[in-house]
Amino acid sequence: MTMQLFSAFFTVLVGVGGCLAYFWGSNALLDVLLPVSARNDDRSIRNLRLQSTIRPWLFLLPALILLAIYLIYPVFQTLWLSFHDKAGDAFVGLDNYRWAFSDTGFRTSIFNNFLWLLVVPAACTFLGLVIAVLTDRIFWGPVAKSFIFLPMAISFVGASVIWKFVYDYRGEGQEQIGILNAIVEWFGGSPQVWISMPFWNNFFLMVILIWIQTGFATVILGAALRGVPEDTLEAAVIDGAGPFKIFRRIMVPQIMPTIIVVWTTITVLVLKVFDIVLTMTNGQWDTQVLANLMFDWMFRGGGDFGRGAAIAIIIMIAVLPIMVWNIRQANAERKGGH
Amino acid sequence: MWQRIRLEPSRFALHLAVLLIVAMWTLPTAGLLVSSLRDKNLIATSGWWTALTTTVRSVQTRTKDASAQVEQDGVFVISGNLFDGSEEGTGTVAAFGTRVAKPDEFAPGSTASYDDGRSLTVNADGTYRYTSPVKFEEGRGQRVFFMTSVPPRFTTENYSNVLFSQGIGRAFVNSLTVTIPATIIPILIAAFAAYALAWMKIPARGFMISVVVGLLVVPLQMSLIPLLKLYNASGFLSKTYLGIWLAHTGFGLPFAIYLLRSYIAGLPRDLIESAQVDGANDFKIFRRIILPLSFPALASFAIFQFLWVWNDLLVAIVFLGTEPDKTVLTYQLNSLLGSRGGNWEILTASAFITIIVPLIVFFSLQRYFVRGLLAGSVKGG
Repeated sequence: MTMQLFSAFFTVLVGVGGCLAYFWGSNALLDVLLPVSARNDDRSIRNLRLQSTIRPWLFLLPALILLAIYLIYPVFQTLWLSFHDKAGDAFVGLDNYRWAFSDTGFRTSIFNNFLWLLVVPAACTFLGLVIAVLTDRIFWGPVAKSFIFLPMAISFVGASVIWKFVYDYRGEGQEQIGILNAIVEWFGGSPQVWISMPFWNNFFLMVILIWIQTGFATVILGAALRGVPEDTLEAAVIDGAGPFKIFRRIMVPQIMPTIIVVWTTITVLVLKVFDIVLTMTNGQWDTQVLANLMFDWMFRGGGDFGRGAAIAIIIMIAVLPIMVWNIRQANAERKGGH
Repeated sequence: MWQRIRLEPSRFALHLAVLLIVAMWTLPTAGLLVSSLRDKNLIATSGWWTALTTTVRSVQTRTKDASAQVEQDGVFVISGNLFDGSEEGTGTVAAFGTRVAKPDEFAPGSTASYDDGRSLTVNADGTYRYTSPVKFEEGRGQRVFFMTSVPPRFTTENYSNVLFSQGIGRAFVNSLTVTIPATIIPILIAAFAAYALAWMKIPARGFMISVVVGLLVVPLQMSLIPLLKLYNASGFLSKTYLGIWLAHTGFGLPFAIYLLRSYIAGLPRDLIESAQVDGANDFKIFRRIILPLSFPALASFAIFQFLWVWNDLLVAIVFLGTEPDKTVLTYQLNSLLGSRGGNWEILTASAFITIIVPLIVFFSLQRYFVRGLLAGSVKGG
């Protein structure tokens, strides 16, 4: 154990130190190679200009290289692989995509992903909005929000263990140790095996992600609601609008941009959801989703990279509209501000 | 006054509604924590919400064997305590019996007689006296069934078990080894890049910012296969800490650059220009002015990245592999779920160990976390 701690500490030191060394070293090297003296001679001015041309690239270089290797190159490589066979050698055209749409596993995944996309972002946004409005009116609201926010810190795997325990099933007649079945029995129902219940088990898995992400929606939407100008609310009250009408007609339209941001952020997350399905069911009982299916094909039987890549591309296509929208928003904002 | 009275029921309903929601959000985690501290037999037989109540349980044990007998006044006696060697150690006998079907046949203090003249007396504290007119011969003790009330009892032995016997302790150190550099390295790299993209004169700056924003939402799945091939071909990155640090750095960079750039771009222009007039170069400005002033944004990102890396499973499986000496907590927990699916004492304690660090980070630095969320998400809102 001590040996392991020591080597861990050493490894950490080397990793972080190497990174620091690059920035300090390269900048110091630049100062040495192109010296700038206090005398404003031609050489100093020329060196200063050279320095300010080169230095930004010293700052940017590690980031650009990493982004290129880890995100940009893979996008093109995955696209290329999706048109090739399992080892990536022979060109097979659209075969992987044709396979995908005729495969029952893939069809189940697409259907389930569709369900997830329909339910999870909507549920999180709705619950987040309701909780933000409710907690804003009580003195212990911040504490309540902390508790609802807390699952955001928990890993998907940890959350899956927590919920697997909630869904735990013991045969009828035995004492239930999962709280859900205990509640069902308390109300006179009979215990169920929740995670293998066809179709509905998808929703029991979605509950986990909703449980994790509602805090995120609450915080963001709560901040936006507090930014709604008081005078519009007062005007509505004077006009005799009830609380529900104010909420629907005044508050929601004013924070619509934020609602869209929350919705799209959770949508992107849903498309990538993998850990929950892997941990809870590993795709059994018709709960498969695209991200887990892709992982499956990456490693199954030595791995079929062509099919895995095709599934990844399909996930990417689903994300694409959100990506374009984000870039346009960011550009508009940048032109408006800095 | 009437208005106040009229409002009260709705105020009450509001408090109740929020209380109910909070309960729904915390009960699952509470169940995990409570269970991880309970005795493993209790976890398997009663709900965690009964942890504070006394439960009655039927236990089966044996008396000591013939070697423990002593002769007293012409009868052979084996005496001892039913709780010796049982998992509870101590307890109260509520009833006992000689047959499995009737563990509550006799009240404590009374004597049960067997057909062959033997008799068994069990007291409430578990002490028993087993007597026979002839010498005991059999190698094993007599079977005894009894009902015992188990008082609420909490233990930390689940934790010591998983930490040292189930590989969770080692995985904890591995998780730290992965997480700390994978948090610090992207902060450094992104902060430099963010400053360059915010304040330095470079061609195609707008284009690069757009690319970063676009990369924010690229699914990890797009990168897995090409990088796996690349790592396998390179040799020195495959299944190493360096490989996974770089992977986490690459995947975390778009958000880091995006978050830090918008913060650094918002710093006052005068500050930077006056430093330039004083002859400071950009490296000096960055170290002396930008870094200290950006502390809130750096802290926000650090928390995000820390949580993301600590909680990650996918990147760890693909780039660090599944060799036992390098597995991280999330992987270890996932594999325990497969191999120890029914052993809730192991799963709950392991799960709690995996979530305790993020929870501490989260609670102590919640302010920065929320600030980062707001800065990262509310675009133009």
